[in-house]
Amino acid sequence: MSSAVATHDEHHDHGPAKGILRWVFTTNHKDIGTLYMTTALIMFLVGGAMALVIRAELFAPGMQFVDPMFFNQMTTLHALVMVFGAVMPAFAGLANWMIPIMIGAPDMALPRMNNWSFWLLPFALILLASTLFMEGGAPAAGWTLYPPLVLQGGAHLPFAIFSVHLLGISSIMAAINIIVTAFNMRAPGMTLMKMPLFVWTWVITAFLLIAVMPVFAGAVTMLLTDKFFGTSFFNAAGGGDPVLYQHLFWFFGHPEVYIMILPSFGVISMIIPTFSRKPLFGYSSMVYATASIGFLSFIVWAHHQYTVGMPLAGELYFTYATMLIAVPTGVKVFNWVSTMWKGAMTFETPMLFAIAFVVLFTMGGFTGLMMAISPADLQYHDTYFIVAHFHYVLVPGAVFALFAATYYWLPKWTGYMYDERLGKLHFWLSTISVNLLFFPQHFLGLAGMPRRIPDYATQFAEFNAWSSVGAFVFGFSQLIFVYVIIKAIRGGEKATDEVWEGAHEHGLEWTLPSPPPYHTWTTAPEIK
Amino acid sequence: MKKIRRLLAGFGLGAWGAAHADYALNMTPGVTEVSRDIYDLHMLILWICVVIGVGVYGLMIYSIMHHRKSKGVVPAQFHENTKLEIVWTVIPFLILLGMAIPATSVMVKAYDTSGADMTVKVTGYQWKWRYEYLDEGIDFFSTLDAKSNEARQLGASINPTSVPNYLLDVDNPLVVPVNKKIRFLFTGADVIHSWWVPALGWKKDTIPGFVTDAWAKIEKPGTYRGQCAELCGRDHGFMPIVVIAKTNEEYKQWVAEQKAKAEVVKAEATKTFSMDELMAKGQEVYNANCAGCHQPNGEGIPGTFPPIKGSPVATGSMDEHLNVVLKGKGDMMPAFEDSLNPADVAAVVTYQRNAFGNNKGDMVQPSEIKLQ
Repeated sequence: MSSAVATHDEHHDHGPAKGILRWVFTTNHKDIGTLYMTTALIMFLVGGAMALVIRAELFAPGMQFVDPMFFNQMTTLHALVMVFGAVMPAFAGLANWMIPIMIGAPDMALPRMNNWSFWLLPFALILLASTLFMEGGAPAAGWTLYPPLVLQGGAHLPFAIFSVHLLGISSIMAAINIIVTAFNMRAPGMTLMKMPLFVWTWVITAFLLIAVMPVFAGAVTMLLTDKFFGTSFFNAAGGGDPVLYQHLFWFFGHPEVYIMILPSFGVISMIIPTFSRKPLFGYSSMVYATASIGFLSFIVWAHHQYTVGMPLAGELYFTYATMLIAVPTGVKVFNWVSTMWKGAMTFETPMLFAIAFVVLFTMGGFTGLMMAISPADLQYHDTYFIVAHFHYVLVPGAVFALFAATYYWLPKWTGYMYDERLGKLHFWLSTISVNLLFFPQHFLGLAGMPRRIPDYATQFAEFNAWSSVGAFVFGFSQLIFVYVIIKAIRGGEKATDEVWEGAHEHGLEWTLPSPPPYHTWTTAPEIK
Repeated sequence: MKKIRRLLAGFGLGAWGAAHADYALNMTPGVTEVSRDIYDLHMLILWICVVIGVGVYGLMIYSIMHHRKSKGVVPAQFHENTKLEIVWTVIPFLILLGMAIPATSVMVKAYDTSGADMTVKVTGYQWKWRYEYLDEGIDFFSTLDAKSNEARQLGASINPTSVPNYLLDVDNPLVVPVNKKIRFLFTGADVIHSWWVPALGWKKDTIPGFVTDAWAKIEKPGTYRGQCAELCGRDHGFMPIVVIAKTNEEYKQWVAEQKAKAEVVKAEATKTFSMDELMAKGQEVYNANCAGCHQPNGEGIPGTFPPIKGSPVATGSMDEHLNVVLKGKGDMMPAFEDSLNPADVAAVVTYQRNAFGNNKGDMVQPSEIKLQ
């Protein structure tokens, strides 16, 4: 094998192809990583714009801007775009860029499949967006697409479902690639328990993806046959069961939320040690905790359905199982805090975002624990308390981890330091506004405001106004992020190989030049 | 400024659950035993989370303040401590056990629907509720009241703050007696809705094809408001729930009134109306039942809801028109044979054929409507 690689290199020591075709035909993991992340950034802005439509309408009581039907379409598309268009591709992009470099591999294991798994994505997203322009508009049934509601209405259904199929195929292929790469392409001496945590968390995530994406694809296909081929999977009048869809959906949907957060855990576990100048506390318990969370995520799905009328025993089982997730999650938070303890911390932008992640994600975790308790959840369910909870784990959680990762590795990717002052401005604006945006929603939910309503009773007016102001500040702050990235790509202060002081102790990527050559690790590094 | 003061007061005191004014910041303790249990459970978990949070954040803040490079700290290099890691696995587990025990007992109580004094069946429709008192034979629909309905239209000139209980009022509230164990049965007629009145302590989905149940024993007379909590289509935000709890005597009086009303409806079914009467009644029925989709001006929403104005149904054969209203059509147009009485159907069909510039000039009498 190694000799074959050597001869290959002699003949093809080339850089990227020229022009647009570089991006179309590329099998280079760095190019594909860049494509993924660029798509994710664009989709983050598109999905964010949809959220701003929602928040603009909710700024004051009364209907001001959009029809309730369009409001529902925005709700559905905002969620689908953010989940499948922004967060998941962003993490896939990070995985593509960093995993081969971190484990000392020359590229991903299946580079041609890698190209394909990326290129399905933009077409799937265009298909999804096209439903907006169809008669009857886009799907308007939440991101869960519950029947019978989703079966009502116009031509959007088959397009939305085929889009979901393509997105799922893309994710599964990316997941396969990551697993094969991490298991087969590690440099000699890198045992599994020496693998960087970001790689570990992605491997576990990839297994979740492969396990649950087909279930989701199956469920939406059943919707399709119910609508067009006269089956009655979810139609009670034909002997079917609408709740069956919910079980299938959440069997996918619950692990899906961990698919969006586990790689964040990996990112944060890389960043905090670097800026604390200390090794990560409890590496092996981090690995076991991540694996336990992955396992538990499969057996708790019906906690999304406490109100459908499950048997008491089922209700209690899902309560207990869900509460258990707090244990490994707690271990992770305690380990991060212990890593900071007695470190010599500095607070560059990636570290700031990482600290905000730990604080705010933990708050989302607390509310998660509260809603695990089924009797209390009977009150929280489908209110703004839930909206606040999952946005705390997904925005200052997943999205902040992505910001942290971008600032952390941007000098490595581009070869130039980003503008630290603008980075910090982005951090402070985002952190303050994200709390103004989502914290009041806890109160709204507890006071009785249901989710997904386009208009509300007047006692909810103040907190909604605050929340909308927070949303707009948060939204526009992201333009700073875009500007910082573009600026760093175009030039600036040259980044050293190590980038961050002492970083070389925290990963192979810091032993490479910044930016790394187009083909890295043509000779595998040695791991001690 | 007053709001901010209230908010700060809420942070400090609201969590103690002392004042009723904290409703806007915290969950309601409610008016049933189960809802109070749930409230206590909620506060218990909240406080446990607060204590853990203070500990974790406190340590973090201490590290951030004191263990920083700018203070010349030399970083320690420890990275493992098995004992500590076992401690922070086992202690949280024990805390969870402490939460699970009270949670279980509340859940068992909340699920015990046996020995009810009366039963109310709740059916969710797009976008209204049907209440059937199984013991009394009372059966009616409950929709958003006309004032809120007018104010909530896109571009309406009415200020929502001027409407009392904006979006939380209905035309026909659910009236129940206090201190009686009421069993609720839930089912859905079209899509999934969710029946939720916070003061009662639970919510329940209404699912087509399924019947589920829950119970409440309301301890205080009063008006309790809630809303549909499951996304059920365009007007999901506009199907409020109002429960009025009355003393036993007042409740009995109300039952008698309802029965008298049912007699009037029965009489109307054989009465002959004039065109003007039908049009006036028809407009009311239209605004309550049809305007949500077909819009108050009858123009519908292109691509989603067809217009009534110039529609082939409203200007075509009367039989076909009646059939669509009574039996529904496709996925979106619901059957109205359950929710409207013959006089309502006659009035609304006549109205649709003669309003919005539709000029059929014909009318239909209640006696010609055959409901199942």
